[in-house]
Amino acid sequence: MIFDYEVLRLIWWALLGVLLVAFAVTDGFDMGVAALLPAVARSDGQRRQVINTVGPVWEGNQVWFILGGGAIFAAWPALYAVSFSGFYLAMFLILSALIIRPVAFKFRSKRDEPAWRARWDAALCFSGVVPALIFGVAVGNVLQGVPFHFDSSLRPFYTGSFFALLNPFALLCGLVSLAMLILHGATWLQIKADGEPAERARKFGMVAAIVVIVLFAVGGFWVSHMDGYRIVTAMDPQGPSNPLRKEVVSEAGIWLNNYRAQPVLWLVPLAGFAGAVLALMGLFWRVGALSFLGSKLSVAAIITTVGVSMFPMILPSSSDPGHSLTVWDSSSSHYTLGVMLFATVVFLPIILLYTAWVYKVLWGKVSESDVNKDMY
Amino acid sequence: MIDATLVELSRAQFALTAMYHFLFVPLTLGLSFMIAIMESVYVMTGRTIWRDMTKFWGLLFGINFAMGVATGIVMEFQFGTNWAYYSHYVGDVFGAPLAIEGLMAFFLEATLVGLFFFGWDKLGKVQHLAVTWLVALGSNLSALWILIANGWMQNPVGSFFNPDTMRMEVTDFAAVIFNPVAQAKFVHTVAAGYVTGAVFVLAISAYYLLRGRYKALAKRSFTVAASFGLAAALSVVVLGDESGYAITENQKMKLAMIEGMWHTEEAPASFSLFGIPDREAQETHYELKIPWVMGLIATRSFSKEIPGITELAALSEMHIRDGLLAYDALETLKVDEANPEARETFLQNQEYLGYALLLKKYVEDPRDASDQQIVMAVQDSLPNVFALFWSFRFMVAIGFYMIALFGLAFYLVSLRRRVPRWFLRVSFYTLPLPWIAAELGWLVAEYGRQPWVIEGVLPTFLGVSSIGISDILISLGGFMVLYTVLAVIEVRLMLKYIRKGPEQESGDDPAKLDAGLSPAFAKSQE
Repeated sequence: MIFDYEVLRLIWWALLGVLLVAFAVTDGFDMGVAALLPAVARSDGQRRQVINTVGPVWEGNQVWFILGGGAIFAAWPALYAVSFSGFYLAMFLILSALIIRPVAFKFRSKRDEPAWRARWDAALCFSGVVPALIFGVAVGNVLQGVPFHFDSSLRPFYTGSFFALLNPFALLCGLVSLAMLILHGATWLQIKADGEPAERARKFGMVAAIVVIVLFAVGGFWVSHMDGYRIVTAMDPQGPSNPLRKEVVSEAGIWLNNYRAQPVLWLVPLAGFAGAVLALMGLFWRVGALSFLGSKLSVAAIITTVGVSMFPMILPSSSDPGHSLTVWDSSSSHYTLGVMLFATVVFLPIILLYTAWVYKVLWGKVSESDVNKDMY
Repeated sequence: MIDATLVELSRAQFALTAMYHFLFVPLTLGLSFMIAIMESVYVMTGRTIWRDMTKFWGLLFGINFAMGVATGIVMEFQFGTNWAYYSHYVGDVFGAPLAIEGLMAFFLEATLVGLFFFGWDKLGKVQHLAVTWLVALGSNLSALWILIANGWMQNPVGSFFNPDTMRMEVTDFAAVIFNPVAQAKFVHTVAAGYVTGAVFVLAISAYYLLRGRYKALAKRSFTVAASFGLAAALSVVVLGDESGYAITENQKMKLAMIEGMWHTEEAPASFSLFGIPDREAQETHYELKIPWVMGLIATRSFSKEIPGITELAALSEMHIRDGLLAYDALETLKVDEANPEARETFLQNQEYLGYALLLKKYVEDPRDASDQQIVMAVQDSLPNVFALFWSFRFMVAIGFYMIALFGLAFYLVSLRRRVPRWFLRVSFYTLPLPWIAAELGWLVAEYGRQPWVIEGVLPTFLGVSSIGISDILISLGGFMVLYTVLAVIEVRLMLKYIRKGPEQESGDDPAKLDAGLSPAFAKSQE
């Protein structure tokens, strides 16, 4: 194998981030648009216009989520097992939203009755708001540590409850995530829609941008004082993936250790703010492209901030810190990581190529007058 | 010990969501290809009726595709939510094909399917055709990787149990990919999907012909379905996936159950056309046997023996005892990683570790199991013979019926002047059959693998997540409500659009339209 185990684990940690960012940057604007739908589009024509801006692309965007799930399964199986079973009801809510969404997109236009369409509009709004909120809540809980442990056969046990997930810090993260995706949806509508919906989205977007800036700052301050997790025993980065063979302590302020060691990393959270500011400026001066690039940057940097703060932790355990999942002891085997990297190197560029082509074909704004030609 | 209610509810939820998802998959597989064929004819001949056909069937395809995507999302995450120990135990092997499916196949079909619907005015003819073909290719490749993952559950090749990480790990990816069980399953499943697509088009076209509506479109669609369906129906039966069953011991168990074959027969074994298998008496009553046929189906040879249930059960017991040696060594390794003796013992017996785990249903530590509990575990290793015996026979009967149906349809459209009304009626009422066959096929494959989730490696009951009963009741209830509502909406939408029929944009004269068709059939329905 070309890469040793340690390097592959680092690469897959980075790829995990890349997939999450790609999901949030692409499907994020779909969710933001869906969340904004009732607010920015009032008439049926306007709603069809707004839906049509994402109509042809949301399906492909959503695959980043599916691929993210598959990649976590293949590269970080312990994380896949512990997190999805631990966050069971939260996952159920996300899955329900993601089941309803494709159907809502496809079925809404298939009948003319206003009541039929109003129901699907509500469903679309739900499918945008709920996942955006829950993803943030989940990240908030991961940062605080989650109560889980393994038995000697590595069977995972989660000892928390659904309502314990809804603690103040996690809810704050949920709001950051929701505001961030609403901002992203709003900036997307700046470049893809015109008329009243775009104008209304602009106003919502400006509010969302300010909310992102304020709440991200509050969150950062909170994180700097809350308990983080640190490995205290020597760890072999080439060792077998067994999360029972180390000790971990939790202390206040540990999540800033990486920044203290590598001050250049401060650029990451800074980019989170800068992106939101750029988006705000773009919205204010009506420069659609600037606002969309700004919100993309903000989304990518905010997610990366979480990863960078926690490294090498991936999923800390609050009840048994020693059982925490880290980059060094929860990955797949060396061989599987290598094979998966090969598959990614071959197929990811191809995916980017045809995705770019699709966006190029669909280039340009969608007007209310266009909707009668198209499907949705 | 694992809560038996939790296991049953987890299995019920998986069966519900998987079988529901599998209502949409076969039609996507078949219809995507048929649409691509229709659009190819349009691009080659320039006749707009073929574009109308592509758009009409494409619309129905879209309704079905949305449901397939929606219900597929659950499948990708359900291993983690409900089968956490399974996910940890085999993620190193099983996760990879799922991830590659996303990378190679699902991304392709999902990204391009938007252009199929929105791209008619934005793309050139050939470009749009390429998009349609790539959507079809994507959905078929998707099936390939999913069945590679599933094939490994049936025949876990290319992997070993690593005591340091307490899980299965891959040793040979090529073996996982070229797993003969996976390959047989892939061919069988996509061919069944093509039959489903063909029956769908055939039945709805027959409905139009019976009503005398959209004749030009319906006749052409009927012809495409007849030819595509005949080729597909022949492949499903000839390339049936039971060819893979003869390969491993546990697959042989499934085969013996399917056959209700209690004792090894001399090769080539006979096929029971009818019978009532009785588990208590260990015999099949009222058997009607056809000599040689089973041996041929299962082994493709006259000389290979197919072992019977009793013989296989005896093997099972031996494996449990060997598995206990592996289990004991593994317990030593948990506390003393380096112990060379334990490693040696484990290496020698590791392939039977899963059999010892069967005992965990009865005792916390399998080493404490009594002889009676071992006998119970052996009994557990036999799947439900009655359900398998009959599911398999109904599925096969439907398969042969399809060959007859499409054979006749093909004969009628290519050689005869007229398709009689009774045949149109038969075609219409055939509509539900491919779905029934597909679900039975799922049952034979997955239910027939019980008590294993990974054959010989991990018993199903051990794979569950450690979640509360209330959690799973909420999700199971939620899925039932959601899926029922969606099913009602989907069926009503389908019916609405089928009744409404195609929008014909082509201003072609109907008389001229018939010119491109097989001359005999073109005139027939007037």
